[in-house]
Amino acid sequence: MNLLFDLFLTFAKIGLFTFGGGYAMIALIENTCVEKKQWITHDEMMNITVVAESTPGPIAINCATYVGYKQKGFVGSLIATVGMILPSFCIIFAISRFLDHYLEITWIAHAFQGIKIAVGILILDAAIKMLQKMQKKPMPRAFMLCAFAAMLLINIFHVRISSIILMLTCGLISLIVFMVKKPAAKGGAGK
Amino acid sequence: MILLELFAGFLKVGCFAFGGAYGAIPLIRDVVLSYGWLDDEMLTYMIAVSEGTPGPIMVNLATYVGSSQAGILGSLVATLAVVLPSFIIILLVTALLKTALKNPYVQAALRGLKPCMIGIILATGVYMIIRNGIVIQGSAMLIRPLILTFVLGAIYFGSRKIRKNGISPILLICLSAVAGIATYGL
Repeated sequence: MNLLFDLFLTFAKIGLFTFGGGYAMIALIENTCVEKKQWITHDEMMNITVVAESTPGPIAINCATYVGYKQKGFVGSLIATVGMILPSFCIIFAISRFLDHYLEITWIAHAFQGIKIAVGILILDAAIKMLQKMQKKPMPRAFMLCAFAAMLLINIFHVRISSIILMLTCGLISLIVFMVKKPAAKGGAGK
Repeated sequence: MILLELFAGFLKVGCFAFGGAYGAIPLIRDVVLSYGWLDDEMLTYMIAVSEGTPGPIMVNLATYVGSSQAGILGSLVATLAVVLPSFIIILLVTALLKTALKNPYVQAALRGLKPCMIGIILATGVYMIIRNGIVIQGSAMLIRPLILTFVLGAIYFGSRKIRKNGISPILLICLSAVAGIATYGL
């Protein structure tokens, strides 16, 4: 089979059968791309997981782009990424045409009264899981707590401060601390 | 123009969506609420729908918001914009800048950025639980949202004590739908 077509089909299948995104997808991608298709090695897969941690965007998209590029360069990465997105795009687009209509039905509206509470719980749970994996050092803790407090106040008082500003500020402070510390450490070693 | 706004808004989301599946939710809330594309209620519903349908949540939300604002063209533009940054960054990292992520300055910036993201997601979760659970109408607090919050929270976190992985997010959404129908409908 044509490799490009195979890439497209394989990632479309992964895109169609993985729910919730994120790490749930890694197992399926590993199983397909490493074991069955042997497009990348296990080490490469581990590597891309680490890279995905440090780059924005869903890990599934990152994997698709990487595997596509490794197999067929730029065109391959494009095809694999589009394949990954296409199934959910079609499904969500179809839902978006009807959701308003469905919400007018009484029992579905009632169901969503319960569902909206579940969403809050899921987001809280995702944050707790990330907290458990976070380095237990004063600096990350301080950043986390400041961002938590700031974001909560922003939400409660409906202040128009973007969370992107918060992230850039924390990144910048961390960078400055690093740059101030580094020459100091070198000076200390020289004595 | 709406298409341009959609593109700019979701490009921003795509650039800063660190932190996995849920990392993009606070950013999308920011963008969607500030442009007034959806209200918080509708966005929350859509997060549940995105969790219950295949594909990454961030991409699903972009498709939905785009479609609700400008039809098929809007959904294409928003989806493209949200994926573009990570696509370009992965290409750059694999093709040209193999050591860029190991650069100590990049690492130092990421060390500040990531915990900040965790704080933001935590605050979003806490805020949503408070807002949906504690509803004041007139001078009385509604009892049903409060009960739902406690029951669903107890089931979800309590199930971990019984089984190692507890119940899955999709199962929680199904349970919450049934609980919603039971509390409000019966």
